[in-house]
Amino acid sequence: MYRYDKYDQAIVDARVDEFRDQVARRLNNEISEEAFKPLRLMNGLYLQLHAYMLRVAIPYGTLDSRQLRMLAHIARRYDRGYGHFTTRQNIQYNWIKLAETPDLLADLASVEMHAFQTSGNCIRNISSDQFAAAAADEIADPRPYAELLRQWSTLHPEFSFLPRKFKIAVTGSAIDRAAIQLHDIGLQLVHGPDGEIGLKVLVGGGMGRTPMLAPVIREFLPVADYLSYMEAILRVYNRHGRRDNIYKARIKILVNDLGAAEFARQVEEEWAQLKPLGLDPPPSELARIAAHFQPPALGANAPVEIDLSNPDFANWVAVNTHPHKVPGHAIVTISLKAPGEIPGDASADQMDIIADLAQRYAQDEVRVTHAQNLVLPHVRRADLFDIWQVLVSAGLATANLDRASDIISCPGLDYCTLANARSIPIAQKLAVNLAPQEGDLGELKIKISGCINGCGHHHAGHIGILGVDRKGEENYQLLLGGSGAEDASLARILGPGFDENGIVNAVEKVIDRYKTLRADPQERFLDTYRRVGAEPFKEAVYG
Amino acid sequence: MAELFRLRTDPEHTADAVALADYQPGGTAVRLEPADDARLLIPHLGALRRIDIAFPKFREGRGYSSARILREAGYAHEIRAVGVLYVDQLTFLVRAGFDAVLADTPIDRAVAERTLARFPAVYMKAADAARPVWELRERV
Amino acid sequence: MPRLLTGNRLETGDVLWWSGSDWSLHLNDAVAVDDEGEALIARLGPQERINDLALIDVDATPDGWRPRTTRERVRAVGPSVRPDFALPSLPVESI
Repeated sequence: MYRYDKYDQAIVDARVDEFRDQVARRLNNEISEEAFKPLRLMNGLYLQLHAYMLRVAIPYGTLDSRQLRMLAHIARRYDRGYGHFTTRQNIQYNWIKLAETPDLLADLASVEMHAFQTSGNCIRNISSDQFAAAAADEIADPRPYAELLRQWSTLHPEFSFLPRKFKIAVTGSAIDRAAIQLHDIGLQLVHGPDGEIGLKVLVGGGMGRTPMLAPVIREFLPVADYLSYMEAILRVYNRHGRRDNIYKARIKILVNDLGAAEFARQVEEEWAQLKPLGLDPPPSELARIAAHFQPPALGANAPVEIDLSNPDFANWVAVNTHPHKVPGHAIVTISLKAPGEIPGDASADQMDIIADLAQRYAQDEVRVTHAQNLVLPHVRRADLFDIWQVLVSAGLATANLDRASDIISCPGLDYCTLANARSIPIAQKLAVNLAPQEGDLGELKIKISGCINGCGHHHAGHIGILGVDRKGEENYQLLLGGSGAEDASLARILGPGFDENGIVNAVEKVIDRYKTLRADPQERFLDTYRRVGAEPFKEAVYG
Repeated sequence: MAELFRLRTDPEHTADAVALADYQPGGTAVRLEPADDARLLIPHLGALRRIDIAFPKFREGRGYSSARILREAGYAHEIRAVGVLYVDQLTFLVRAGFDAVLADTPIDRAVAERTLARFPAVYMKAADAARPVWELRERV
Repeated sequence: MPRLLTGNRLETGDVLWWSGSDWSLHLNDAVAVDDEGEALIARLGPQERINDLALIDVDATPDGWRPRTTRERVRAVGPSVRPDFALPSLPVESI
């Protein structure tokens, strides 16, 4: 994985120094909260319901064991012994003290990590495919392209005060695990006419109040023009994106208002101005970065057959591992969704245990997924049983990947000042209730957001739940039919909302009806819904 | 009125800046509002000695693009940021092409100096002379 | 209806309640500020030591103040999903 050179380290160290200076000036009342708030937000520090929350960037969701141990240390030293992995592959700490934040950032910088641009109206953490470099279906590792973007977007002088936040995802595979159609910019590595690698560029997707799928504005962008073209997209957005209404300020509104073709034309026009300015690094820079992402040396003759006589182990292998591109290896997903627990939360001790596993068995790599789970990307099948036993003892061996109890949930009104309703208790109840039958239900993605901003990706849920405020009381809307994968679609509201018990009950009715409607036991809920439409489910819930 | 923070050594051009709509060819000072198209000034850059760019709100970011577009077009005289701006934005402003700031909140010179000196490297090319790290790496 | 003054301490982010002369971490120390609320905010706000000053509506109950919205009850107690962190302001179950 990528290692900082002296320039990268100097920039991160300078950022720590800058924030230390800013915090000191705020604590001395040299600057007002009004002036300070945007500064701390640009460093990922929010004031939430109970305390400050710090969002730490995990670029493209990749960590090594040293970094994960530091995240555990931070949880113990500066927080209350746990952290929350987010739907953007980051980690959040919930009980941070402003005065201690500079020391925390210095600790992070010591392991090549930071909180740059994890909030604010700027280019946020670049997200990617959690199976990068391990999945057989990718044409190339997307992370060098993501790292190049990370560097380009860090402290960008022109694009740090955009109309609104800006999220970019990069994937190297046609199987979309990075939800590229639901990002401000989605990038997919593709082959050009001569077999060379370039990028397919999608712009204007997103969730939130006005969910939209991103249209393609360029089928093939040569790598040599990558950054100048990104610069052109951002400049068109910065100049022409709406600033009069915060709910219409994302780039999706601009792209939709102009139409994808006109937006693409404006980007090309701007690009013609920018391209001659020498904004693109030479190919050697991408090659330098890519050299950090050499595929791990995995033995070609690792045994494929393993002892699956323990049924619990066999079930976990079947549900939570994926084939690796190298025979005899597997990709392990560690579920942070034990039914009844808080989705995405991990204790410091659990982080340490996973770091140990990564170091011992997984080429020293861990990935964070947008579904709030962790991944050991390069594991020998022969080691799976040992890994599983450690996970069992740490409460991390739940075999529920992509199943009913693997629920995405934002922190909701238990933590977040933007939330209108609690998300986590709904996720906990549903997970406990649905877990006993989830094997029969197969792939079922339930996603819960506590407000319209949609951090819980409710619009991309096979079943989505949106918490709203009804006169100070929590109320929940039910949405069906969304997907964030390569078959992306936006879930639609089924009907009137429910209270906390009502929504749990309504989801169970939807699932009961699905079981009577599915064409065969293999037909996923999403496919049944797409085949039969909303009516039978409406009838089941409201009829 | 706030104090001008200026990074230029040439004499200040003190003419009143006119609104873009009122600008006449040959005019030496003009003021761009956030929504104004900076490219409309390109035919007049030879005459202009100062371009003010307004930041009526902290969240306003279009001025960064305007300044950079003017520098890309070769304009070398003063570009002044005017409005709701803070010392902590100086690095962004300077890199985008501004060389003077008239901020509603006074800019503390000591803080400004350490702010501008802080980052030893930058990742991307912009309107200033700083060379991006990929260019420095290339030399090694 | 009684109103309380609340905010978050600058240094720590802690939720605070105005107790008449100072701030407290505990809802039950709060005093009703009623008509003086705006004047208190006008006085305390410019000191820039407490963030997000706000007046919230509460009911007086035999067990003490009960904020009217779920949001303020969560703020007073702590995350409902972490009863191990709960402050003794309200029973967690009553959020």
